Amino acid sequence: MTKQVVPDVVCTFCGATCDDLQVTVEDGKVIGVRGGCAISLRKLTEYGRDRHRTPLMKKNGELQGTSYEEAIHRSAEILTNARYPILYGWSSTSCEASRVGLELAEWVGGVMDNTTTVCHGPTLLAVHDIGEVSASFGEIRERADLVVYWGSNPVHSHPHHTLRLALEKGRFRSGRKDRTIIVVDVRRTDTTKMADHFLQITPNGDYELLCALRMAVRGDELEQGVIAGIQAEKIEEVADLMVGCEFGILFFGVGLTMTLGKHRNVDAALSLIRDLNSRTKFLVMPMRGWYNVAGANQVSAWVTGYPYGVDLSLGYPRYNPGDTTVIDILTRGDCDAALVVASDPVSNFPVEATRHLAQVPVITIDPRPSATALISEVVFPSTVVGIETGGSMYRMDGVALRARAVVPPPPGIRSDVATLRDILAEVKKLKVAASN
Amino acid sequence: MSSLKVTLLSGRSLSQAKAKVSGKFSEEYVQNVAVCELDPDDLKSLGMSPGQNIRVTTRTGSVVVKGLASSQAPHRGIAFIPYGPWANMVLPSETQGTGMPSFKGVEAELTPAPDERVLGLTSLVAEMTRGVSR
Repeated sequence: MTKQVVPDVVCTFCGATCDDLQVTVEDGKVIGVRGGCAISLRKLTEYGRDRHRTPLMKKNGELQGTSYEEAIHRSAEILTNARYPILYGWSSTSCEASRVGLELAEWVGGVMDNTTTVCHGPTLLAVHDIGEVSASFGEIRERADLVVYWGSNPVHSHPHHTLRLALEKGRFRSGRKDRTIIVVDVRRTDTTKMADHFLQITPNGDYELLCALRMAVRGDELEQGVIAGIQAEKIEEVADLMVGCEFGILFFGVGLTMTLGKHRNVDAALSLIRDLNSRTKFLVMPMRGWYNVAGANQVSAWVTGYPYGVDLSLGYPRYNPGDTTVIDILTRGDCDAALVVASDPVSNFPVEATRHLAQVPVITIDPRPSATALISEVVFPSTVVGIETGGSMYRMDGVALRARAVVPPPPGIRSDVATLRDILAEVKKLKVAASN
Repeated sequence: MSSLKVTLLSGRSLSQAKAKVSGKFSEEYVQNVAVCELDPDDLKSLGMSPGQNIRVTTRTGSVVVKGLASSQAPHRGIAFIPYGPWANMVLPSETQGTGMPSFKGVEAELTPAPDERVLGLTSLVAEMTRGVSR
């Protein structure tokens, strides 16, 4: 019986990518977790449940067990024969997987898109236009005296984000009492309970309220009594708090990107921060959803110049969100094959997009069964990054982290990186054979 | 039968996230994701008790989920469904040229559905892809 406590384990669930967990391992199994939230505790103790154990391939209309070799060959055939395949997912796996995926996308002339496309895609569009003022979590914890959560419920979506930043003691702040917390949302949530000020805005009213705040910050008079459901006096009070703070931070969630206005909402938020920086120090940061969605953007941008929705069908990268993004491609019925890595679009995409996905051959690489696996032609198992296999990832603040394996993978199960490399090698072989 | 027009939001909830990491084919996943949280007064106006099934209809489609009384009231006229395949049945795919569909702020109509059942994940995927062939 060997028992070992592994320190500084990286949690591979949400975009806060906590790296301070202590995991106790005995005989190759996780038996205890300290420092994690309810989700990481569940993830680290139940990773072994309900797993794919072998590759699966559709035969006579049903998914049946097969060998890696056969599944890799079939996957390479699907991707090589496709005119316009999509390669999607990449946010709940390592940067190394994205890197191989991009090379594969180039070889098969596909579209490389990650889950940003249905999350903070509009944020990146706004950042292209306006830019953002940011910092690492460490700076925010040490210095922030005003924390705003807008369109985000981190107590549910990023459970330790507030504990590590807003509620935590910092070098220049003695803890919660030295920080003012403002929450803006369309409904009460468990996050609003910790707020000093809660602004319950009308649905789709974010752009209006952000513009009103910009006016108030500049000292312009608000002519309407109520804007987006908020009294003008309250807006002025919040603007005064923002201008009067020493070091503010606006964390915003998909409440801005998924509602009417989309990237224009984020434009307004980034512009508000730009205005505030002529009066005080103020930062802004999107609450990224998955633990390595920021890394998927990074790798895509290093390799192609663009962070998501990259079309390589002409042999060079093109980027035109709204056109080269997977929801639009699926809704138009354009793609003729799909590779899905560490994601479950059938659970995450609007039904119309799913209906097209079900019409094309889909290859899925995922440690666990998913709704997407149900409609797939080929399904590969994979090891769980951060538990059974290591990898690089980027936290939402842009800090790179390296996750290690804490337990050995199940026998015979390969990492997604290994499977992607094998598919890439087979694609190259088929392409070279076809050109001879 | 009574009906109610609401603004529909989808989003992550702690129970949805926990159920998701335990496995999407678990009973816990259906119990926590195939639900619609309403303001208790909205639920009452539909003549429903918490836990009864409700049909959510938008211009995209329709789905039956379990109606729950929200613990975050008051939010009259706002209904919440956790991210997942049940919500996706009623969410539109238009992106207005941004790549991003509207997962929040969608107009929806709610009607009590006491005699209809909530589909499990496998049946729901079959329903999504009905009539679709390769």
